[in-house]
Amino acid sequence: MAIRERMSGNEAVAFAMKQINPDVVAAFPITPSTEIPQYFSTYVSNGEVDTEFIAVESEHSAMSACIGAQAAGGRAMTATSANGLALMWECLYIAACSRLPIVMAVVNRTMSGPLNIHNDHSDSMGARDSGWIQLYSENNQEAYDNMLMAHRIAEHPSVMLPVMVCQDGFITSHAVENIELVEDDKVKAFVGEYNPVHYLLNRDNPISMGPLDHFTHTFEHKRQQAQAMMNAKNVILEVAREFEKLTGRKYGFFEEYRTEDAETVIVVLNSTAGTVKYVVDQMRKEGKKVGLIKPRVYRPFPVDEIASALSRFKAIAVMDKADSFNAAGGPLFTDVTSAMYAKSVFGPKVINYIYGLGGRDVRTDDIELVFNNLLKIVETGEVGSVYNYLGVRE
Amino acid sequence: MAYRLKEVARKPERFSSGHRMCAGCGAPIVVRQVLRALKPEDHAVIGCATGCLEVSSFLYPYTSWRDSFIHNAFENSAATISGAEAAYNALKKKGKITGETKFIAFGGDGGTYDIGLQSLSGAMERGHDMVYVCYDNGAYMNTGIQRSSATPLYADTTTSPAGSKIPGKMQWRKDLTEIMVKHHLPYVAQTAPLGNMKDLYEKAEKAIYTKGPCFLNVLAPCPRGWRYDAENLMEISKLAVETCFWPLYEVIDGKYVINYKPKNKLPVKEFLKTQGRFRHLFRAGNEYMIEQIQAEVDRRWEELLRLAGEA
Ligand SMILES: Cc1ncc(C[n+]2csc(CCOP(=O)(O)OP(=O)(O)O)c2C)c(N)n1
Ligand code: SF4
Ligand SMILES: [Mg+2]
Repeated sequence: MAIRERMSGNEAVAFAMKQINPDVVAAFPITPSTEIPQYFSTYVSNGEVDTEFIAVESEHSAMSACIGAQAAGGRAMTATSANGLALMWECLYIAACSRLPIVMAVVNRTMSGPLNIHNDHSDSMGARDSGWIQLYSENNQEAYDNMLMAHRIAEHPSVMLPVMVCQDGFITSHAVENIELVEDDKVKAFVGEYNPVHYLLNRDNPISMGPLDHFTHTFEHKRQQAQAMMNAKNVILEVAREFEKLTGRKYGFFEEYRTEDAETVIVVLNSTAGTVKYVVDQMRKEGKKVGLIKPRVYRPFPVDEIASALSRFKAIAVMDKADSFNAAGGPLFTDVTSAMYAKSVFGPKVINYIYGLGGRDVRTDDIELVFNNLLKIVETGEVGSVYNYLGVRE
Repeated sequence: MAYRLKEVARKPERFSSGHRMCAGCGAPIVVRQVLRALKPEDHAVIGCATGCLEVSSFLYPYTSWRDSFIHNAFENSAATISGAEAAYNALKKKGKITGETKFIAFGGDGGTYDIGLQSLSGAMERGHDMVYVCYDNGAYMNTGIQRSSATPLYADTTTSPAGSKIPGKMQWRKDLTEIMVKHHLPYVAQTAPLGNMKDLYEKAEKAIYTKGPCFLNVLAPCPRGWRYDAENLMEISKLAVETCFWPLYEVIDGKYVINYKPKNKLPVKEFLKTQGRFRHLFRAGNEYMIEQIQAEVDRRWEELLRLAGEA
């Protein structure tokens, strides 16, 4: 029987880590992810896990130590936010190209500057091309579930890539909500043992890792890395099917909410999807054909699936909680539109909203405004401005 | 057991030839000798920071490292090995691995004194059972001889060029060995490749087989950066010690031991004059530079004698 509990998103992630019982956790405090290493070090202090906890002196060292630990043959995990993730940046690429299936909880927070501890997605969006698989979570339950699935995806022989599980700082990391936990033994059986093929601590077959590679081999290695990201798509779905058998909770590349007959949809990540669902329900009562697409898997980007799903609608607003400062649109917007173009989906009108930067509240009337604009586009056929800001004083 | 070079040299080679370091480079000699101090039955996980040693010893698909080796980045050799050591402890506890594995991190002076200082300090403070070996050639050689905080005063480098207004590097060397001593580690030592390599070997052995975090600072002359002919490597290394520019000492649980006291301490100019990077110091009118260096070398030597209770 599943266990009913009440937990914050941070506690849910820490609890998942406890159940996973990794070999090494190396982490450094930064709001709003600090609670994760705090909870975890308490598990260590009380002997509830077998993990070696390394209280490193920086996030650069957190990721470096995770790389060392995972390369050595252990399971390594960490958690961070914003500037911490940025400080890891160099090592994110090295972890991915070294094909080390490290799992990291990212509690999304605004990248400095200005200094701001609240939620937006500028941190993980900056790492979107680092070679990590990125899973996004609407609430504590999804963050927990994604954590339980992460190792299965990361460690799959056809993948061998690191995974970051993202959730919204404060909004879900600190909000206590109901959650359904999986029993310890079932988690253990689901996640399984980590049995790497090549690892530093294998004295019978010593290896060298992290070469100087040159133009003679780097391209091939990058090609293999790219293939692993492509392979991850199937693995993510396989693991989700198995997870559904275990828990009854269904996961895919993205969630569709009331899209069957929808004419307009919002595409948005993480907790704002919850607000959009509420607004969709309200507007549906008024007979408005609105819906939601909530990507869960952002890397790999499900190009075919998202383009095909979006082809059914007349007008789409992609909402980005991060700006690209490219004078063109946010990262999710450019990915969605290029997917549609590449798959010859030219029907729907697509616009972009940059919203919630620095943790600016996104209220139901903001979402209504977006839907109303979409409905107007459907009615008039006029797109107007494509690259828009929502809820900012100008 | 008394040190015998012949016996030590018969131990299996753990750092193969065929690497691409320059002839007359100190670094590979240091590495070979450090690794020789490993017991043959022990396995090692070795880390290395980006720098000459790394880019010359592991060019895909060839490696000179017979033990397990990992290069991560420039500034994180210590943190990387600390993670590997933690994984070892976890896997050992679970009974997943057997046998002894030793953990050694290498870094150049740039990767250790400068960009990697935080990572090193953190790993040492946390007390991992590992050895950090800095091979100090006194500049960022891999990127073309830029100054580091280990570069000696007035040395000519490509970012502290000896010009008509500024005569080379304007700062003294950072004393990293002392900084590591103040981490209160069980074993800290300063050594150099010399003669039959006894000093280096014995210190490496102590560092590897003393439980806890240990640190070795090893002088590793570089013919390109210091501008000397390859065959002069051992002579220059010796002069660094005979002039007390690079004293040989160790600090065991806080207790200083000076391993070599020159009977006739040579003037530092004997060391300086062997290298092109100090050539401008010998021009007429620049005598004051050598005097300043001499005074500082003397001051630091006196201080070391005092710390060792020999003043
Ligand atoms: C973060 C980062 N900054 C700069 C570099 C460029 N870089 C590579 S090696 C190196 C100098 C290495 O100097 P040192 O550690 O003294 O080793 P050496 O080459 O002298 O043996 C530099 C500046 C890098 N690889 N990474
Ligand atoms: S440049 Fe200097 S440090 Fe680098 S390999 Fe050559 S001699 Fe050695
Ligand atoms: Mg150097």
